[in-house]
Amino acid sequence: MNNKHVAVIGGGIAGMEAASVLARQGLKVTLIEKQANTGGKLNDWDHLFPDFSSPDELVSSLATKTKDSGVNTVYNTEISRIERAGKRFELRANQDVRFYADAVLVASGFNVFDATIKEEYGYGLFGNVITSVDFEKRMKKHGQLRTIQGTAPKRVAIIHCVGSRDAKVGNTYCSKVCCITGIKQAIEISEMLPDCEVFCFYMDLRLYGSTFDSLYLQAQKRHKIQFIRGRLSEAAERADKSIQIKAEDTLQGRPLRMTVDMVILLVGMEPGASTSQLIQKNQMTVDENGFLKSTNMHCARNQSTQEGIFMAGTAICPMAVNETIENARSAATEIIHFFENHRP
Amino acid sequence: MEKLIILPFSIGFIYLLGILGFRFVKWVGGLSRLDKLRLIHSFKTRRFFDSLKEVFIEGLLHRKIFRKNPVLGYMHMSLAFGWFLLIVVGHFEVMVSRQSLIAPIYLPVFFRYFETSHSFPLSGIFSFLMDLLLLFVLSGVALAMLKRFKKKLFGMKKTTRLKTGDRIALVSLWMIFPLRLLAEGMSAGLYGNGSFLTSTLGHIFGNLNSETANLSLWTAYSCSLGFFFAALPNSRYMHIPTEILLIFVRSAGVKLKKRNNTYTNIQVFSCSRCGLCLDNCQLSAAGINNTQSVYILKNIRNHNLSDEQLFNCLLCGKCEVDCPVGINTIDLRITQRIESTRQYNSSYEYLEDGPAPNADTVYFAGCMTHLTPGIIASMKKLFQLAGESVWFMDKEKAPCCGRPLMLAGQYEAASKLIANNTRKIIGSEAKKLVVSCPICYKVFKEDYELVNVEVVFHAEYILNLIRQQIITLKKGSDRIIYHDPCELGRGMGMFEPPREVLRATGKVIPIKNEKQMAHCCGGSLGNLKISQPERALLRNQAVEDYLQYRPDVLATACPMCKKTFSRHPGLKVQDISEMVVQALQSKVQPKAVTKKAKSEVLEAELI
Repeated sequence: MNNKHVAVIGGGIAGMEAASVLARQGLKVTLIEKQANTGGKLNDWDHLFPDFSSPDELVSSLATKTKDSGVNTVYNTEISRIERAGKRFELRANQDVRFYADAVLVASGFNVFDATIKEEYGYGLFGNVITSVDFEKRMKKHGQLRTIQGTAPKRVAIIHCVGSRDAKVGNTYCSKVCCITGIKQAIEISEMLPDCEVFCFYMDLRLYGSTFDSLYLQAQKRHKIQFIRGRLSEAAERADKSIQIKAEDTLQGRPLRMTVDMVILLVGMEPGASTSQLIQKNQMTVDENGFLKSTNMHCARNQSTQEGIFMAGTAICPMAVNETIENARSAATEIIHFFENHRP
Repeated sequence: MEKLIILPFSIGFIYLLGILGFRFVKWVGGLSRLDKLRLIHSFKTRRFFDSLKEVFIEGLLHRKIFRKNPVLGYMHMSLAFGWFLLIVVGHFEVMVSRQSLIAPIYLPVFFRYFETSHSFPLSGIFSFLMDLLLLFVLSGVALAMLKRFKKKLFGMKKTTRLKTGDRIALVSLWMIFPLRLLAEGMSAGLYGNGSFLTSTLGHIFGNLNSETANLSLWTAYSCSLGFFFAALPNSRYMHIPTEILLIFVRSAGVKLKKRNNTYTNIQVFSCSRCGLCLDNCQLSAAGINNTQSVYILKNIRNHNLSDEQLFNCLLCGKCEVDCPVGINTIDLRITQRIESTRQYNSSYEYLEDGPAPNADTVYFAGCMTHLTPGIIASMKKLFQLAGESVWFMDKEKAPCCGRPLMLAGQYEAASKLIANNTRKIIGSEAKKLVVSCPICYKVFKEDYELVNVEVVFHAEYILNLIRQQIITLKKGSDRIIYHDPCELGRGMGMFEPPREVLRATGKVIPIKNEKQMAHCCGGSLGNLKISQPERALLRNQAVEDYLQYRPDVLATACPMCKKTFSRHPGLKVQDISEMVVQALQSKVQPKAVTKKAKSEVLEAELI
């Protein structure tokens, strides 16, 4: 098994974790990252739910693990094709760079929903409408939240389910992590700006983690964050750049209109764009939501519909950081089993 | 005894006349008093001759079908016009031979049977003409038979399913002329009263010719006529007589006014179920194949229309374009929806608020434009440049224009909104109402009574700004495809103003499926049954067509279309107003607002 070569596509947390586990088992591993550094989308993130820890520690510890275990990491290389070459796989990058591997792990991640598609929320049109990703980026860069006019917001509305569970944009699935992200960001805002009123507009709160509900209670009790059940219908910019939002409070059964200084859209996860490119040539299939399809939901979550190609992390479905890492380990285990069962 | 052969024909004919008379009287009698007056009045005007002309061109020559497909057109023309000429020339022949202006109706039909001599003046010419016309009709019958089995030759992908009444009528119709040929051929063989076609056939029959065979063939011919006439009222061929009535009633200006009356019946019975509407319907791309206009008309006629079918329609109007009979399928369907829907007791009391502020111009964005704030921002910019005092009517409390409710059959609820909006618009004393949504535009134009208020679509408004040089645009090199919104294009007949606006910003590429034949984006508010994935199929079909032309921008003039297309990845979609604002020459200075706002509240609402 030791002479087997595994190519891991995507140097995010899933790719790094899986690569390091595989390398420690003695396999030759090449980790292929399209950007100049590993860490993926977490590099832009300020704090993680539910413990408000910094993702930087996680990313750097994964990077150390990857390096120490002997993974060969290739940067600035985007794989555009995976093809079968005899018993092996040939991976082609944009340039004339090719890799050969006995097994492939696709850990290409997800795309953030493009909020401009939901034009009625005004993202890209109104300066004070931002996404949850923008929020993290700003917090990481500036350590504070300011409106486009440069003032501290006094009222912020956080909108759940933007691009998730919305048949009109073509995504009927739940992105799973946004509810708790919204609560986390609401608490952060209220801790940072104690005078700021924060409203969360939700359809229903899907707080699946064991500690998420207590965070939700904390948000309501300690931070006085107001949760309004109802989807936003539209947003409009007023002359002073504040945002007027219209929604329906479905618990009270009445239409609602309010003006806020900032709107944060909790954007969902979509199948990665590179995923669709990758699947074209190698007959991997996607599920009804466009994510990579497993051969079995329960016992072969990481096996793609092509033998020898595996998947890990959010290329399979939306998942949180801790789940992604667990999932990457499970993918590594499946690859090892694959080699054990396919001895030449 | 010999005369017995006319019995089947006569019975069928008299039965047909009776039914037709009964139905026509009932239908015309069922029209409203005003519509009856309209009809009577139209007989005294030039419209009468226009209608006659239309009956000739559409009912006999079938011009519209010719345009769609020449072979299909020829088939219809040879059957209708050929048969018509056979009747006319046949009558002349009888009149000449009998030296009388009055001849029994049956005589021309069975002339070769009764008139065995051929010694009257011009008999040679007449028999030649009659043979020629028979050949003409027979060519149509042959094509009709061919069409049943090879519809693609006639430019049709689909054809309608037949029911029993139709089958009887169809088979009898197919039999009539071949039997006539055989009967006349036999008579020509026996008596020598034929011409090139029938005589030749008579020669071929040779020894087969006998009085008995002759009598049987003529009887069979008479039976096929009788069967056809008897089956006609309960078959789709009822469209032949009904269409004539429809043409007169329609050109008198009779319209459906959201309620069924006998005009519905006239239209329903005028449908020939040719199925030309099937190929135009985009729903088939989503696998929906039982809700098209031809089926709806059939189901109304048979009283078995289901809501599932009635509401599964985009109301895009594409089926109307190629309807050879010109049935207003959209009006008809909306009326059926109103008739079949329970009217909910909708209250809009919360909309009843204070007096409207005075303004020269009212801007009504509508629900859909509120979902596309980019269009609102562009309109605000343009109003500012135009220097008009504009009251943004639905900025805060957004009343609906009423059209979506109308499309859903909720007529009463729609009427309440219409009354409320009318009161506010009239109250503002504005002279102009600008709308940026074709759905609103259609209802404001058609169902509102806004006296002294000009309803202007934003394309026209912008075009006027360009023409008056209030704004100047920099023309770019972008390849633009303009998508005609259904409600604006086919719905309101506005094709040019948006294109002219776009020509000031870039290069508008002409495409095959545009204007009357434009795609529906799939987002239609008119369809209450279609699923989102099915909508996406329709959208993708349209986008694929557009992408062939490699456009830089897909421009449209409808917020609904914009939203629908925006969801397609890798396609830049913009409203014409947004493109105009982008193309503005930077040096343009806004004109000062001519009319100052009076109160503070007003100031906030004025743009």
